[in-house]
Amino acid sequence: MRSGSLEALPRPRAAGAAAWRRALGALGSVLRHDPFAAAGICIYAVFVLVALLAPWIAPYDPQQTIVRGDDLMASRPPGREFLLGTTNVGRDIFSQLVYGARPALTVGFAAAFCVTLLGTVVGIVAGYSGGWIDALLMRLADVAFGIPFLPLVIVLVAFLGPSLWNIVLTMALLLWKDTARVVRAQVLVLRERGFVESARVLGASPVRVMLVHIAPNVLPVALLYGSLAVGWAILTEASVSFLGFGDATQISWGFMLQDAYVSQALSSGAYNWFVPPGICIMLVVMAGYFISRGYEELLFPRLRRQ
Amino acid sequence: MTAEPLVQVEGLRKYFPLRRSLWRRPGGGDYLRAVDGVSFEIPRGSSLGIAGESGCGKTTLARLLVRLLTPSAGRIRFDGVDLHALAGPRLLAFRRRAQMMFQNPYEAINPRFTIGRALLEPLVIHRIGTPGDRMDRVLAALDQVHLSPAEAFVDAFPHQLSGGQLQRVGLARALMVDPVFLVADEPVSMLDVSIRAGVLNLMKEIARTRRLTTVYISHDLALVRYVCDATMIMYLGTVAEIGPTPEVLARAKHPYTQLLLAAAPVPDPGHRAPEIPETELVPTPIGPARGCPFVDRCPHAMAVCRAAAPPLAAVGRGHYAACHLYA
Repeated sequence: MRSGSLEALPRPRAAGAAAWRRALGALGSVLRHDPFAAAGICIYAVFVLVALLAPWIAPYDPQQTIVRGDDLMASRPPGREFLLGTTNVGRDIFSQLVYGARPALTVGFAAAFCVTLLGTVVGIVAGYSGGWIDALLMRLADVAFGIPFLPLVIVLVAFLGPSLWNIVLTMALLLWKDTARVVRAQVLVLRERGFVESARVLGASPVRVMLVHIAPNVLPVALLYGSLAVGWAILTEASVSFLGFGDATQISWGFMLQDAYVSQALSSGAYNWFVPPGICIMLVVMAGYFISRGYEELLFPRLRRQ
Repeated sequence: MTAEPLVQVEGLRKYFPLRRSLWRRPGGGDYLRAVDGVSFEIPRGSSLGIAGESGCGKTTLARLLVRLLTPSAGRIRFDGVDLHALAGPRLLAFRRRAQMMFQNPYEAINPRFTIGRALLEPLVIHRIGTPGDRMDRVLAALDQVHLSPAEAFVDAFPHQLSGGQLQRVGLARALMVDPVFLVADEPVSMLDVSIRAGVLNLMKEIARTRRLTTVYISHDLALVRYVCDATMIMYLGTVAEIGPTPEVLARAKHPYTQLLLAAAPVPDPGHRAPEIPETELVPTPIGPARGCPFVDRCPHAMAVCRAAAPPLAAVGRGHYAACHLYA
């Protein structure tokens, strides 16, 4: 839409609002043309609501062993009283599932935020500085690439103690590399472009060039990698919890799977116990990928036609 | 105003290392000699045109002049001060006095900035004006480069403007800090022929009214003839010929300048261009320098041309050529 005529220019002052409207319009058109991204956003919206409203949605305390009179309500099948049945020690599975959305989303968004922030900063500094700083940071990234991901998370969580925040921390320490690589590549291109050089000629300090002139231009790509990291983080938290290195005080979907596994739920055919958390993990991770894909097409419209 | 030239360049060199290997010591490796021993002066308030073919080091020289690059050897004195000794606040002060216009107008403005934001940036960096009156300065600058009504451009994004409009914005941005020295790297080569004159006239007028010292980098001798007081012809990182523009273009002495002039199109369908001796030997700025850089394409090549590089010799008033024919 390159036009020399003034008619094509937005009215002054209304341009900020117009830019927002344009961005929302683009989002709307992507959602209309990309049912997968729309589905992803709907799935996320539902899970975020469930996580926020967990105390009102869940009929029981997820940790509570439910006793009726003298009877422990253990291993009840799904029914009207217990929507998805109960575990072998009488906890309500549906309530656990509802509360399980909280650690999943917390870890997912916190880890994605840390990964994006760390990766973007490293990528911009490495790409813009060049020289030995770049070499050092990229060799660090190579090291991070060489470390097997899940085993290190387990080791670090075992070492630092099992808590959600330690899982987030270890993921930030290991997953920044992808974002950093891609952001650095972008910065290498941007650095040679006229507007960055002109900022230098105007006397902008290196920090100002990186922060004001380069960062806004790499943000879309950084956010794309951030949205991918959400799914990764949720999956990792579930894996770590399933392997028994998670935070035992907090009910998460991975913890539920582990609980079901060690309680022989699979062999006793208690599908109502281990299938729902599996489906929830799958839905959230899938939704993350759908959204990333739709967002990627928004960034690189050429992908849409392929 | 003193008689001392604003810019004095002495023996300027810029070598780019071609390969940086762990096992190869720097200094022993291969270099691309982009600028290879260039000396000249730019008097205050005058305009210098630097012309030459692609890869002759014009743009590298421009980037050296505004300190986007550090020279490998030699010196640039700006207002009597060694440019590369500057640091901190004195460097910032230089940044306020010397500005640059870029070849590609579509790349020169941050795509995420509105035009108004892009023009505010220099004011913010140099803390010029108060936050309240900065927008007035921006509007005045847009008016000055004939982008009117200025209010309509302030909130536009670069992709909504044409190349000519963007190049005017680039000029306005350079003028925001009220510089004394302006380097324009191929300012109109990416613009439509039909709007080049408009931009050039504007630059010329502003340079005159503001008494700017200007450098135009161009491969187009017609542009140089139109706007520049002095002309410098570069070949493979060296000065082939330098002098007052009418002198250099009307009485070209260096065989390379003559070749360039002969290659320029003449707007006359009956005109037959003189035969230009073709050469398969494309010279390269890589590897050790010896002799005259132009020797392989020169119709007058002599034995001495392969042995020694020719010094700049006076061939007229203020007119010098680096050729053994005149040495």
